Amino acid sequence: MPAFLFKRLLNAAGVMLAVAFLAFLIFRFVGDPVELMLNEQASQAQRDELRIRLGLDKGFVLQFATFVGNALHGDFGISYRNQQEVFTLISERFPATFELVLVATFLSLAVGIPLGVYTAIKRDSWLAKVLQFVSVLGVSLPSFALGILFILLFSVTLQWLPAFGRGQVVQIGWWSTGFLTPSGRLALILPGITLSLFQITLVMRLVRAEMLETMRTDFIRFARARGLTLRAVHFRHALRNCLMPVITVTGLQIGNLIAFALVTETVFQWPGMGLLFVQAVTFVDIPVMAAYLIVVSFIFVSLNTLVDLLYAYVDPRLREDAISGAANAR
Amino acid sequence: MKRAWMLAAIAAFALTGAVIPISAASAKTLKWGAAREIASLDPYSYGDTFTLSVLNHVYEGLVRYTGDLKIEPALAESWETVSPTVWRFKLRQGVKFHNGNPFTADDVVASLERVTNDASPLKGNLPAYKSSKKIDDYTVEIEVNGPYPLLLNDLTNIFIFNKAWLVANNSLLPTDSGKGVKGYATDNANGTGPFIVESRRVDAKTVYVKNPNWWDKPQHNIDTIEFLPIASASTRVAALLSGEIDFTNVAPLQDLPRLSASPEVKVLQTNELRTVIFALNLKDTLFESDVKDKNPLKDIRVREALYRAIDIDAVQKRAMRGLSRNTGALIAPAIPGYEPSQDVRLPFDLDGAKKLLAAAGYPNGFSFQMNCQSDGLVNEEEFCQAVASMWSRAGLRPNLSLGPRSQQTPKRVKGEFDVISFGWANEPMIDAYSILIQVMRSKSGSGGVFNWGNWGDPRIDALIDKAGVELDNGKRIPMMMEALKIAKAEHLFIPLHQQPMAWAMRSTVAATVQASDNKPRLWLTTMK
Repeated sequence: MPAFLFKRLLNAAGVMLAVAFLAFLIFRFVGDPVELMLNEQASQAQRDELRIRLGLDKGFVLQFATFVGNALHGDFGISYRNQQEVFTLISERFPATFELVLVATFLSLAVGIPLGVYTAIKRDSWLAKVLQFVSVLGVSLPSFALGILFILLFSVTLQWLPAFGRGQVVQIGWWSTGFLTPSGRLALILPGITLSLFQITLVMRLVRAEMLETMRTDFIRFARARGLTLRAVHFRHALRNCLMPVITVTGLQIGNLIAFALVTETVFQWPGMGLLFVQAVTFVDIPVMAAYLIVVSFIFVSLNTLVDLLYAYVDPRLREDAISGAANAR
Repeated sequence: MKRAWMLAAIAAFALTGAVIPISAASAKTLKWGAAREIASLDPYSYGDTFTLSVLNHVYEGLVRYTGDLKIEPALAESWETVSPTVWRFKLRQGVKFHNGNPFTADDVVASLERVTNDASPLKGNLPAYKSSKKIDDYTVEIEVNGPYPLLLNDLTNIFIFNKAWLVANNSLLPTDSGKGVKGYATDNANGTGPFIVESRRVDAKTVYVKNPNWWDKPQHNIDTIEFLPIASASTRVAALLSGEIDFTNVAPLQDLPRLSASPEVKVLQTNELRTVIFALNLKDTLFESDVKDKNPLKDIRVREALYRAIDIDAVQKRAMRGLSRNTGALIAPAIPGYEPSQDVRLPFDLDGAKKLLAAAGYPNGFSFQMNCQSDGLVNEEEFCQAVASMWSRAGLRPNLSLGPRSQQTPKRVKGEFDVISFGWANEPMIDAYSILIQVMRSKSGSGGVFNWGNWGDPRIDALIDKAGVELDNGKRIPMMMEALKIAKAEHLFIPLHQQPMAWAMRSTVAATVQASDNKPRLWLTTMK
């Protein structure tokens, strides 16, 4: 097991380095921050000077090495535009994105699972068919269009919910939360639903498929034969067997949600990491762009590695040393 | 199972809280929905006009622009030139910073040193600065490199810090992203201006409250400004319609009819200082063309043909939604150096354009690359596409390259284009000298930074150099007019229009001043 753990972690580190390299390579082509940082009146000498100060005159390999070296210390440099530490900038925005993702995940489970169960059990009812149809819409409708539709309906026409922002937030240490104030909770609704809609349909379709699969198995038939109530059969036996893949997918989707939050955050002016990234792109703020990509990939890689390790823990057949051990024994 | 459903319902309800309609803004709070966040609270940390215009509510310069763009005293009461290179400023007495410190000559000297430090991105805003010294507590002398007529214009945007505050917070030097130096002033502010920064959450909300001890007599009645950046244009419009913001300085052109239709919203529309032109590659060969051996654009007949082939009324109507101001001049009417006689355009004449092309030896036209930005000027994509199709009708084959500003700028700087759309506002100095020295001057030590297409002319250069050291406006401005006249006669650039700008406000805002520099001046704004 320790060898397996070590190998997995090494893999993860390799992926991170590759991501960092790609990120850096891509940003070489984004443009020249100097032209956007200085205003119309700056002279050529000042432009050249700034380029040297920022280290943009150095070779690609040297810039990349400096970046990785600093990043290992948690130092992502200073934002060209905000003149603040990039790490601070990102960690200040992280709570906003995380809370949004949390709400979206909660909604996707709270709405997706019951709908999935319903459409599986009553799959011939008209409501189930409507839900199936709507779920296709939910998958194919882009979230920015949905967000703007929501804003038009709930903010402009009905004036129930705020169109943008996080409302009032409460600061707990370095974490800022919107859960504790009424305006903060109100502000979470529209972006939360917008972000979760894709997830809801995903969970619903997954639960439905798994339920249909399980319902056909022998043990459900035996459960019925034992004379258990339908509710016990559906929820205690069938649904419980479906939840494992749902939980796995949900866990893995958290990374996706953080990445997709970018669009939702832009539409709702949600002050999270995605919005920070979009602004950084506009102003060629390379340190922020690179750091964002690395933080998001880090979350992805960590989640995946964690899931892998848990699986290996649960199922010894997946461990390589177990396999080789078995081979030796033979 | 009923319990599980109940729990889900309760959780969903708890998340919502009670659904309360958003109430209207309280009495004298102005909620300002801007298109983007300002770079920092430190006016010297990023060379950005919008950031400066917002921070001008907190910090002030020695002089400032009035609502109609005339220079008037601010922290300085009066000034005189002691010699052609030395200016003496008498400072206003009794002014206090937001933290209560008195304003004196030391503050001016420390601020000028900070802004002209090598690490300061704003150094270019004070190009002629050599040194400054305190004469007494309320007198400062500024020495410039040579005779320089535009010092006052430059000083409108150099905001004054409190020296004691800078010293106490170890911020005498500017922040420096190159060296990894960050600063206290990035997140904290202490100015002399009409509003005080109360709280700031970047990308979410910055709150400014009225400065009760402001030295000037307030013409506004605002107690609190909430500055709310909203990047998405449709969200900003929605916020205005739903009453979540009172005012926006960036109302999208395509939404103006909808905004005007709402009885609660008023649209303020005018034209910016920024003049939009097409600038041409005048190097020896074109960048991307089927004409390899020479540059057809160097032929004045070809340039005139390009000019005459543009149906400006159609551009104005179709691409600019009838809101731009067609121009024949290279600068806007409000800029010193403007002359109405230069504002007359060559008429739209498609046959004439074809004849001129044939006379120049290109009866079948030629291909060239046109570089435009998708997020630069107002409706830039639209007007570039319109002009490209007009040039095609004249027999030319423009090859339109569209991309975001961050991608197109490096190509433009390197001169990798044949035609570019180009906008110049002459800010922050608000004088024709800005476009002359930075854009039209042949590349030299200090000039021609934006002369990307090698379009300089020795006659123009000579006039620019003379105007740059002439202190008498009566002589200086005619020199600039002469230089602009030559550029126009040669068709070095093809002028299009002054781009439109639109603000929108709810009926909660009674009146504001909208100048063509597109800077909101909330200290001149009243609410109901």
